Amino acid sequence: MAIYSLKETKLPPQSQTKAILWLKDNLFSSVSNVALTFIALYLIYLLLPPILNWTIFNANFDLTADNQSCGREGACWAFIGSNLKMFIYGFYPQEELWRVNTMFGIIVALMVFGSLIKKSQYWARYIIGSFLIYPIVAFILLHGGLGLEVVETDKWGGLTLTVVVAAVGIVASFPLGILFALGRQSKMRIVKFISVVYIEFVRGVPLITILFMASVVLPLFFSAGMDFDKLLRALIGITLFQTAYIAEVIRGGLQAIPKGQYEAADAVGLNFIQKTVLVILPQALKISIPNIVGSFIALFKDTTLVLIIGLFDMLAIVGAATSNSAWLGRTTEGYVFVAMVIWVILYSMSRYSKRLEVRFSTEHK
Amino acid sequence: MSELINKDIGEKDCCDIIEINSLNKWYGDFHALKDIDLKVKEGEIIVVCGPSGSGKSTLIRCVNFLEKFQEGQIIVDGVELSDDVKKIRQVRSEVSMVFQHFNLFPHLNIVDNLSLAPIWVHNETKQEARAKALKLLDRVGIKDQAEKYPNQLSGGQQQRVAIARALCTSPKIMLFDEPTSALDPEMISEVLDVMVELAKEGITMICVTHEMGFAKKVADRIIFMDEGQIVEENKPDPFFSNPESDRLKLFLDQILSQ
Repeated sequence: MAIYSLKETKLPPQSQTKAILWLKDNLFSSVSNVALTFIALYLIYLLLPPILNWTIFNANFDLTADNQSCGREGACWAFIGSNLKMFIYGFYPQEELWRVNTMFGIIVALMVFGSLIKKSQYWARYIIGSFLIYPIVAFILLHGGLGLEVVETDKWGGLTLTVVVAAVGIVASFPLGILFALGRQSKMRIVKFISVVYIEFVRGVPLITILFMASVVLPLFFSAGMDFDKLLRALIGITLFQTAYIAEVIRGGLQAIPKGQYEAADAVGLNFIQKTVLVILPQALKISIPNIVGSFIALFKDTTLVLIIGLFDMLAIVGAATSNSAWLGRTTEGYVFVAMVIWVILYSMSRYSKRLEVRFSTEHK
Repeated sequence: MSELINKDIGEKDCCDIIEINSLNKWYGDFHALKDIDLKVKEGEIIVVCGPSGSGKSTLIRCVNFLEKFQEGQIIVDGVELSDDVKKIRQVRSEVSMVFQHFNLFPHLNIVDNLSLAPIWVHNETKQEARAKALKLLDRVGIKDQAEKYPNQLSGGQQQRVAIARALCTSPKIMLFDEPTSALDPEMISEVLDVMVELAKEGITMICVTHEMGFAKKVADRIIFMDEGQIVEENKPDPFFSNPESDRLKLFLDQILSQ
């Protein structure tokens, strides 16, 4: 028989600095990795200098310059500066721009306040309340009414339109998606059948087709005198489309919930709605956060398709501006700018999704 | 007991809280329960044991209708189980269950796990439910974990929370479905201790378990099941000292030789 005394706990050996260890592990761990590292370095060497030269070192940052005085060796950022208002607001009337700004201002204020009270017991009510009331406020601000001059939707455009289309698509498709996901799991044959048919039909059709149908086919069902707003048609089309995808994402989450959770909810006597709302959905949605946000990011990018039915989102507006004779040949600047704006928005969404995952995590910390 | 039952069943003992009459259940073509007859008196502690696949879990899961059955009759405290949702909920409000894998709600902290059903099913106020939850947590010895989440507790602690959650609705009957089978050996006794305490308090219990020490200590009756039927049923002493059927002898040999 042998008895061993308890060993001391020690720190791991640190013969090399962390930076060198990291390089060894990540860049030079094998022959093929060494080769890939050098190929990557060579590509960076090829690509980075011209990109930096064009965007920064040879670029003209003088915002008062015009197309001729700007020069051709680098980017002409005056193109963005002088068209910025149009990129953001589209053709929205000058004197009413404060309404758009107010709309954006309120949403920022709501988010800041929401993050301040997220520990409070009223947080959930605050979020739900905001989702119910804010769309109405935003609609009145943008469209007019209640004493505000009406601005028809064909004047909306640019980043404003992009955000409106994406936000409506996201906010409307989320609850609908939940319903269809539950419908697809339902034991009621008819509900299940309708959900499956809807989801599979919509997922089998490209968004562009749905938008065409919404703008060309839908009016056929209405009498000639009835003008059905073009933007509204696009919003309905996008919402119908997104609903099917969200439903499938959430169904994935629902399937990951162990049978024991349903049984425990049944055993304590909860009815179907209580079981779904209090036990199953919170867990399913939490699991689905990354995929839901991924699906919303895809939607945001897809909103650029509304240009094919004659709506001018940011991408379309920039395209239009580059064909303006005063700024001929400045296409690159325009699209680089759009790419950067969209990247910032989408990257923020992605980071926010990470934050949500951490916030709702109940794992051992 | 209500008149209705007496008419249905004919004369019978006054205090049967659970009555199972010629219960048959199939999974597809598999005959899982065969002609089960079982009566449980109020306050009785029943232990059900048997080899795996013998139908013991299925049997107790029929009692709160987590499993549907095709033939036979189950009457719980005067209510006959059927597809009627109202009756099912009525039975479930008096019968609580503790599962092998705890099945706590991972998105709710411990207190909320306990007070969910009291608030939503039994219409208690948040304060009442919370106060009762803390009392029960104290009783199972984990009051200081009240604000934690299930995944932050050990298996033994989680199962004690599950027992507290089951007690939170003041049930007349507790069903235990192999409550210690998923636990590490050193955590089994902490759960069994809680169950022994419960047994002393006179609540009706049906426990599916392999813990023969527990059975000896608290059971009023032990039921041995095999291949979907009740093979032998006896008080603890004769059950262990004088098993009659060969299958029970074999089972006891296997389980006690460990």
